[in-house]
Amino acid sequence: MKVLVAVKRVVDYNVKVRAKADGSDVDLNNVKMAINPFCEIAVEEAVRLKEAGVATEVVAVSIGDKSCQEQIRTALALGADRGIQVETEGSVEPLVVAKLLKGVVEKEQPQLVILGKQSIDGDNNQTGQMLGALTGMAQGTFASEVAVDGDKVNVTREIDGGLQTVGLNLPAIVTTDLRLNEPRYASLPNIMKAKKKPLDVFTPADLGVEVTSHLTTLKVEPPAERQAGIKVESVADLVDKLKNEAKVI
Amino acid sequence: MSTLVIAEHDNASLKAATLNAVTAAQALGADIDVLVAGANCGAAADEAAKIAGVGKVLVADNAAYEHQLAENVSLLVAEVGGAYDNIVAPATSNGKNTMPRVAALLDVAQISDIISVESADTFKRPIYAGNVIATVQSSDAKKVITVRTTAFDAAPAEGGSAAVEAVGAAHDAGISSFVGEEVAVSDRPELTSASIVISGGRGMQNGENFTLLEAVADKLGAAIGASRAAVDAGFVPNDMQVGQTGKIVAPDLYIAVGISGAIQHLAGMKDSKVIVAINKDEDAPIFQVADYGLVADLFEALPELSSSL
Repeated sequence: MKVLVAVKRVVDYNVKVRAKADGSDVDLNNVKMAINPFCEIAVEEAVRLKEAGVATEVVAVSIGDKSCQEQIRTALALGADRGIQVETEGSVEPLVVAKLLKGVVEKEQPQLVILGKQSIDGDNNQTGQMLGALTGMAQGTFASEVAVDGDKVNVTREIDGGLQTVGLNLPAIVTTDLRLNEPRYASLPNIMKAKKKPLDVFTPADLGVEVTSHLTTLKVEPPAERQAGIKVESVADLVDKLKNEAKVI
Repeated sequence: MSTLVIAEHDNASLKAATLNAVTAAQALGADIDVLVAGANCGAAADEAAKIAGVGKVLVADNAAYEHQLAENVSLLVAEVGGAYDNIVAPATSNGKNTMPRVAALLDVAQISDIISVESADTFKRPIYAGNVIATVQSSDAKKVITVRTTAFDAAPAEGGSAAVEAVGAAHDAGISSFVGEEVAVSDRPELTSASIVISGGRGMQNGENFTLLEAVADKLGAAIGASRAAVDAGFVPNDMQVGQTGKIVAPDLYIAVGISGAIQHLAGMKDSKVIVAINKDEDAPIFQVADYGLVADLFEALPELSSSL
């Protein structure tokens, strides 16, 4: 069984991103970039499926300019077998990403596509579901457990009230939540090996997709700042303030 | 102009998130209908009909929709929604699961997790864990939107008398099935709609110690939440997680206990009206957003707090 994993290059999760002074965009100058944490979990899950003998090949795909090859190499160092970059410029909306991924799915014919549930830059939480609609595949979103069983996969999902398990026909789509696994660290030998693994580059035109835009960002701005609060000395002081000053209890 | 709101419900009753979505839909300035998709969901539909400001309630009552499987419900919503200018759902786990599928079927963008409606085609939404607010304009004729429920007041649950109509073909994509679920049963208020929330973090040390939070919660009628660290460590289940990728809450009072205050956690609670932080580390970032900070050992402070309430 072939597994396709999508990875995205995003700002490192430790970076506190700020809006540019003119409000045109966020300031990403000299900011550390990394693989989106949910995508890293997706790669780990695919590699574990291969180690368990369920998957035979793991292909990592990323959409972006040449710099995203760095994140594809990260996926290869974690254990993916080969990479695909779809070359695009600037930011690409989730619907277009899903169309490009559909093109890759048609070429590669994977039985399972694993993606992060959301990227921590746009926080959209759309691409996996959109890919599901475009390919007609079933989806197990926000996964905390994935169990492949013959031509089906059972996915346990983190939902508002707790956990839900769904059974999906293969091929299917899985989007990862935080508890699915804990990604490994890439070892130095594996990082060296990753440099020699094959990486193909396609253009959107190769995949028959036109890159369109449906949304325009008019402005980005910082959120309303909270007023700095005060320190209280004791529990009694706290209860008094909540009762008589804030009047919330 | 017309807007279709997708109801959040469990077949037996309507969830409060629907009311927030209706308020967001009203800001779009169009007539509002509500779609209730489920199985034996008549009671939820009757509740939806009472929401003030709703024109019509459309009910798709079929076994295929019982568990809100996205593969089936998205086909229904795309069909029924074809006649509307806007399709709006709360950004609950169901809304997040189904709506992007609807948008892709209709070949339009989705605008996720909006926090305000600036005009019929322009919205504000948080990005980068809420560190930045983006104003986005949609050029699609039809808009598919999910709503951050904490950013919109609940529409009145009573006062309307909408007609209830059966709609939609039975769409069963036949590619997915419901296997089972483990849903927490609690007498406490729901985390996302509670007026007081008390959350524990890594500082709680283990799951048993959450009983200290429960004692306070019982006195205050509060819901109990947790930071990602506490959930990852296995102290408490995932449905209690507050944060960028967990639940977004904005209660009147949020009490953070033993939580350091990572930006991913702040993203889920910083719109609370009053924030209290109890932490023994006086340099913890949580104090930078807290209205009232108490530097104390939580194992002493919590029993004292519960006995003084």
